[in-house]
Amino acid sequence: MAEILEVKDIAQQEYLINMGPQHPSTHGVMRLVVSLNGEIVKNVQPHCGYIHRGIEKMCEKLTYPQIIHLTDRMDYLSAHMNNASVCLTVEKALGIEIPERVKYIRTIMDELQRIASHQLWWCAFGMDLGGLTCFFYGLRDREPILDIFEESTGSRLIQSYYTPGGLMNDIHPDFQKKVKEFIKYFRKILPEYDQLLTGNVIFQERTKGIGILSKEEAINRGLTGPSGRGSGFACDVRKRAPYHLYDKVDFKECLYEEGDTFARYKVRIDEMWESMKIIEQLIDNIPEGDYTAKMKAVIKLPEGEFFQRVETARGELICFIVSDGNKNPLRVKFRSPNLINLASLNVMSKDFKIADLVAISGSLDLVIPCMDR
Amino acid sequence: MAFSFSIYDFTSFTQWIDKSLYAAMPPFWALIVEMVIIGIVFLGFYALLGLFLVYAERKICAFMQCRVGPNRVGPFGFIQTIADLIKLLLKELIFIKNADKILFNVAPFIVIIVSFLAIAAIPFAKGLHAMDFNIGVFYIMAVSSMGVIGVLLAGWSSNNKYSLIGAMRSGAQIVSYELSVGLSLITIVVLAGSMQLSTIVEGQRDLWFIFKGHIPAIIAFIVFLIASTAETNRGPFDLAEAESELTAGFHTEYSGIRFAFFFLAEYMNMFLVASIAATVFWGGWMPLHINGFTGFNHVMDFIPPIFWFFGKSFFIMWIMMWFKWTFPRLRIDQLLTLEWKYLLPINLVNVLLMALIVLMGWHF
Amino acid sequence: MNVVEYISGILKGVKSLLIGMKVTGSYFFRPWKIVTQQYPENRKKDVKWFYFLPLWKAHGKDTPAERKQIVMLERFKGELIMPHNEKNEHKCTGCGICEMNCPNGTIEIISIQLTTEDGKKKRAIDKHIYRMGMCTFCGLCVKTCPSDALAFTNTFEHAVFNRTKLNKVLNKEGSTLMKGVE
Repeated sequence: MAEILEVKDIAQQEYLINMGPQHPSTHGVMRLVVSLNGEIVKNVQPHCGYIHRGIEKMCEKLTYPQIIHLTDRMDYLSAHMNNASVCLTVEKALGIEIPERVKYIRTIMDELQRIASHQLWWCAFGMDLGGLTCFFYGLRDREPILDIFEESTGSRLIQSYYTPGGLMNDIHPDFQKKVKEFIKYFRKILPEYDQLLTGNVIFQERTKGIGILSKEEAINRGLTGPSGRGSGFACDVRKRAPYHLYDKVDFKECLYEEGDTFARYKVRIDEMWESMKIIEQLIDNIPEGDYTAKMKAVIKLPEGEFFQRVETARGELICFIVSDGNKNPLRVKFRSPNLINLASLNVMSKDFKIADLVAISGSLDLVIPCMDR
Repeated sequence: MAFSFSIYDFTSFTQWIDKSLYAAMPPFWALIVEMVIIGIVFLGFYALLGLFLVYAERKICAFMQCRVGPNRVGPFGFIQTIADLIKLLLKELIFIKNADKILFNVAPFIVIIVSFLAIAAIPFAKGLHAMDFNIGVFYIMAVSSMGVIGVLLAGWSSNNKYSLIGAMRSGAQIVSYELSVGLSLITIVVLAGSMQLSTIVEGQRDLWFIFKGHIPAIIAFIVFLIASTAETNRGPFDLAEAESELTAGFHTEYSGIRFAFFFLAEYMNMFLVASIAATVFWGGWMPLHINGFTGFNHVMDFIPPIFWFFGKSFFIMWIMMWFKWTFPRLRIDQLLTLEWKYLLPINLVNVLLMALIVLMGWHF
Repeated sequence: MNVVEYISGILKGVKSLLIGMKVTGSYFFRPWKIVTQQYPENRKKDVKWFYFLPLWKAHGKDTPAERKQIVMLERFKGELIMPHNEKNEHKCTGCGICEMNCPNGTIEIISIQLTTEDGKKKRAIDKHIYRMGMCTFCGLCVKTCPSDALAFTNTFEHAVFNRTKLNKVLNKEGSTLMKGVE
């Protein structure tokens, strides 16, 4: 007869389940090895690298304008901001002044991208919690933004719109009109998000007090972006180290002290309002001028190390370039906010239920291709 | 007995079949033939209704989500579900190597047989009633609670960790919500003074129970709606499936027509609870009658009872679909909190209140 | 938890649920708010009416059929082309800047040496090969071309059965360099 396990032994055994690489709520090919005790999560071990493409290494073989098209493919939901990180680094290294018009357009595009990204996050988060209708409302409202992008940049998701020194092409003549239309439409529709999900008692019960991360812990773990601001960590690069035109526009840094899933949710909803405010301040006064600065045909960075921080929709993205004076960089490093935000997942979800793990990882808004690069 | 058929009263029609059968053959065989006929009729009804409900749910959720829904196969996509059924029939039945073979195969049948059993007691129209028990409500309660066995077996036998979690959730959920369903029905049984479904329907000749019993009846109806949504494992209580957490929960490992059985059973259970709600609270096939308004009552009588019954059932099903496509899913502890801390105490007080109202004669 | 809190908690919860149901319910009864498009029907102007169930409510110019006809925006980067004029002339000099700038090796230029009338040797393209399967539509080739020989069209239906069919030769058969382009 097989040896009989004592109750004590069974209780000590770990119930391991693999969430992913194919799982509806990991939003991509990430694998979480979750140890369970009944429904309660004891340990989460993330395994990433399933979509590693070696973008940083590929960058070493490309010229600076060519790098842009790879950065879109890291965090495809904030493609413009990723482009901006490289462009700003190169511009900083060369010490060139870009035209005012470019700064205006870049700021507007970044904020539109932030709204689009938060909309997609909202619908995916609603779906993680089981509210399937959210998914369609979010995608529906994202569509006008993608149309605006398509009209000006020629693509919907992966635009490659910024180049070192300026933009790929000028904005479409209808751009301002379309953006204003969208803002008008979205100001009316955003309260609907609150009615459908934010105010819902089930939603509040499922997010309030779930996945709490204190401010100290958030700083220690480098949690940035809306997730960090949900813990009260004032980490908005747009305020701390302004780039583009963020020092000239008036906007609030959304901070919540609770540090739970609901706080992270509220930060993103508030950021959509703030982004609309920023766009409204800029859209009417885009100055006339060139859409790109005069650049040499072959861009060569001076020898040295250069870096630039930008605030993507998920947190702080740092582009770090080491140059040896050639037209190719010697080494490129991207500090992906997703990879570093993922590090907090284990701490947040410990001793919560498996359904909460889904909510918490949803509230971190992870984009797996950016994590793995 | 001469043949007679009326859409307003099926009694003479069913009795004609019964009499002719007993006249033609010995009683034992007549009974067998009757059973077979009823079985075939229910099978056909089951298949058609299942297909229709899947289609209806898709269209309803599509419209709530600003989509068009199925619109390719046939006009308005009407044949879409039939195409899906053919696809499911043709699909491979995957046998899991380490699964408990017998239980794995039996589980879908248990789930579907349970809904079959319960449907026998539903009065569809006057005289259109397979079995008229004197404890009809009790019978439906007893039978419908057996569905959990199928779900538990499915989750346990497929030897999958996700399925096991789903099955255990489902067990906890159905066992606790059974109480609320029962107690809310008992509230009306107190008012009706009978457990026989035909008597309950007849008792609503002058006014439906939801109006007759006013406050406690409305509370009982809301509780029943919530609890029965939970009992049928539908959203926002679809924890056993919980797509974003457990991929597909207890039926992760099922494929082809076995999966279709679970899928169909979900819709049939939904129809079942909707029809019970319609029968017990909204008068079943009884048209809307208001005491004293004779003309109005006559106008209402022109609509055949079978339309009243299906109209009410579909309306309640529509509300349940509305729930599903609006709310996020509950967590397992919240689910149990809702039952034990909210629905059950409310229900107990409600039964007392209804008893008081019946004793004092405060109902209409 | 006292009784008042208990009951007001229930009522508040129910109210929040009803507000949520109002949103989805109102969309259910406003089918003209449907936003999805019916591809490939929306390529044509005369869309069959039954693809739009909500038509009964929509009148005037806001009928979904008209609104939903597909509009491809002019800047959409669908496919790289080399515009030719009516005399079958293009502007490509075969300088190879696009080939150099392409990050993926999508473009390959096979050039030949031509001798002009006055005896000078000149480079011209034999084939401008574009491998669409490798293209990431970054637009660097169009932007850097010194003679504006390349452009994007907004076609988007590129599905083929064989990957080799995505390899295209952009200059047409027998085409020559446009006069005045160096």
